[in-house]
Amino acid sequence: MVKGIEIRTSPHLKRALNVQQIMRNVVYAMLPICAFAIWQFGLSAALLLATTTAAAVATEAFFSRLRGAGNTVADWSAVITGILLGLTLPPGFPLWMAAVAAFVGIGLGKALFGGLGYNVMNPALVGRAFVQAAFPVAITTWTPAFAPDRFVELIPSTLTAPFMQPNPVKDWVAGLGVDSWTGATPLAVQKFQHIEEPAMDMFTGLIAGSAGETSAALILVCGLWLAWRGCLDWRIPASVLAGAALVALPFWLVDPGLYPSPWFVLCSGGLMLAAWFMASDMVASPVTPWGVIVYGVFIGALTVFIRLFGGLVEGVMYAILLANAAGPLISDWTQPRVYGAVKKARAKS
Amino acid sequence: MIARVLSGLRGPLARPGGGKSAHGPDLLRIFRRRKTFPHGIYPVEHKEWTADKPIRRLPFAPVLVIPLSQHRGNPAEPLVQVGQEVVRGEPIARAAGFVSVPMHAPATGVIQAIDLAPTPEGPKKPAIYLKVYQAATQAVLFDTGHDIDAMTNDEIVAAVQDAGLVGLGGAAFPSHVKLLPKDAVIDTVIVNGCECEPYLTCDHRVMLEQTEALLRGIRLVLKVTGAKRAIIGVEDNKLNAVDQIRARLPAGQPITAEAVESKYPQGAEKMLIKSLLGKEVPAGGLPAHVGVAVFNVGTLAQMGDLLPKGRGLIERVVTVSGPAVANPGNFMVPIGTPVRFLLDHVGIKGSLGQVILGGAMMGMSVSSVDVPVTKGVSGVVALEREEDDPARRHVYACIKCGECLKACPINLNPSTLGELAQAREYGRMAQEFYLDQCFECGSCAYVCPSNIPLTQYFRIAKSINRERKN
Repeated sequence: MVKGIEIRTSPHLKRALNVQQIMRNVVYAMLPICAFAIWQFGLSAALLLATTTAAAVATEAFFSRLRGAGNTVADWSAVITGILLGLTLPPGFPLWMAAVAAFVGIGLGKALFGGLGYNVMNPALVGRAFVQAAFPVAITTWTPAFAPDRFVELIPSTLTAPFMQPNPVKDWVAGLGVDSWTGATPLAVQKFQHIEEPAMDMFTGLIAGSAGETSAALILVCGLWLAWRGCLDWRIPASVLAGAALVALPFWLVDPGLYPSPWFVLCSGGLMLAAWFMASDMVASPVTPWGVIVYGVFIGALTVFIRLFGGLVEGVMYAILLANAAGPLISDWTQPRVYGAVKKARAKS
Repeated sequence: MIARVLSGLRGPLARPGGGKSAHGPDLLRIFRRRKTFPHGIYPVEHKEWTADKPIRRLPFAPVLVIPLSQHRGNPAEPLVQVGQEVVRGEPIARAAGFVSVPMHAPATGVIQAIDLAPTPEGPKKPAIYLKVYQAATQAVLFDTGHDIDAMTNDEIVAAVQDAGLVGLGGAAFPSHVKLLPKDAVIDTVIVNGCECEPYLTCDHRVMLEQTEALLRGIRLVLKVTGAKRAIIGVEDNKLNAVDQIRARLPAGQPITAEAVESKYPQGAEKMLIKSLLGKEVPAGGLPAHVGVAVFNVGTLAQMGDLLPKGRGLIERVVTVSGPAVANPGNFMVPIGTPVRFLLDHVGIKGSLGQVILGGAMMGMSVSSVDVPVTKGVSGVVALEREEDDPARRHVYACIKCGECLKACPINLNPSTLGELAQAREYGRMAQEFYLDQCFECGSCAYVCPSNIPLTQYFRIAKSINRERKN
């Protein structure tokens, strides 16, 4: 009866929630967004997502092997990076470039630092920032949603041969017969022509944009589900969105003709996806309770400033990367006040 | 199949087998006005297994093992020789100094040996082996009754020490020492009836069944400390105990019973002081420094029972429970009863994995079931053998989810502390991140999704820091 009892140290109870479960649930939460992207942009979006995910997983497997850390693919974090990356790229993005982005994201953004838990920045965004710099044309080439033959034919640029510039899509788009297609996203239209897309279209996402960033409503639902499951700190997206809306509000009040409404700011570009699925990346965000709020507001505010006054149309990617870099500093400033702490000068380290 | 997938997607993830998420209650707290402290966790408690089971007397084990050091402070000095016959209740060891307590014979029998005995801590320590005369009447013949109303404070303190009373909540700190705090004035006595450890219900049963003795003990403590009031703090999963106490509160006495939120570690004295009074014990200080003395309900019930009779502490209430126990219950156990005897009595089902003395969160897992029940053991918890699920056991790197910061009742940063421990920066842990404030409640390790043994890291860091200081 009492043979070979085990000895462990306290606590002897453990909550049944581990890293793998959290990561897997983030993947589940992104699946509806992927499905929406595929429904909207067809085969090209499906191939794009498959490519980034496969490339991210393969890179993770390669580097974990190299590090002798066993196979770290099982923690599902590389899958998240792959899917997220695919969702942030234009649907017709050449597949070889997407694979490069995934490789750089995992390799440079994560494996180099020591793998999951040690990366300073969000790997998917590192990958995207790399291709943004390397392939500036391809990453700003948008195609209209709901092309009639989207489930039969690919966007011509998708199958660009490796190391080649993308096949031009102008003629293909003209052939679709979409009226008045300018090739610009609502965000660019607002920025340069000061015309806002109808609010409801922005919210539901029946517009042009990166594969998975268009439907604010769907992202919101998926994100809320994840937060309710306890796999996401709701304070991060909440403070990102609040920060963006609060900074945008005074400008819009001063000149609604020139500046976007807070509602438009929240629903346009990649802000919603970034707030729920990228800024909330646990590893790259601060760990302290007040730190995540400072971090979120910083991202939201910086995004709006870049959008309104920067040369770029969309700034959320750089805002998050900057905030990621500032994360340890923010954590340092927002150390919790310990129970019973007597005021003391912090020891110089 | 589809139904299974759907049910898998429903509900907060943390719930299956692991209590509520750390988020839900935080969101809802603004709607509730329960007395509580910030942070903490909600492990699955399974108190319903034993909460309704009255305290039953356990038979005597053939041999009782009474360690000389069952308390904080100096070990007691034996008064008996091998072969000597003793009567139940007779002193068999005397206190060695002020911070020490005597031992009394838990049964009538003969001293078999004075030898080393296994302890839950590991190293063997001296103990008195008492062979029980099973046929004896087991009447307690050693008592010199006191008229507690006529006693002076010094006499009460001496009587408490003579009774061998220590904190029965687990700390096992000699009770009489707390009655006389140096350079501090006690203004409030807090009576700790929280019992926040999962599985344990012994204090619950004591409050229900020994209410009068408990109130007598509280009056004694009020008298000696000169405190203006006493508050009995009880977790609100034991509201019947609150009602029972309130119904019997003596008129004209400044004693109240308050319900506090059921949350781990509500029963830690620092947490309970915060919940009831909103005060914080300064870092490195004692409750006495904010004018508070905290006593466990079990301790005061024994005090109220033993002092008038002039008897010593020879038995205590122990909850024997856990998933591997066939017939869990609350038992009045003679001090020195081997754990093996207890487990035989309740029966084991399934495959036994761990045997824990105390609670499942802070208790110690024993290497041998020959260790005896001592004065500080409030429960024996038997867990089933865990299947070695690699995903469950695998330790991932810290993903900085911040769950541990939301769990830590004293607001430490276990995430950063854990990283410093891995880098062996033990000095910085104490100097910059308040390592010494950690009382090893285990909340951080409980919630950690990376399975990092944070509590164990902190224990090691503290002991290394202690060694470096010496």
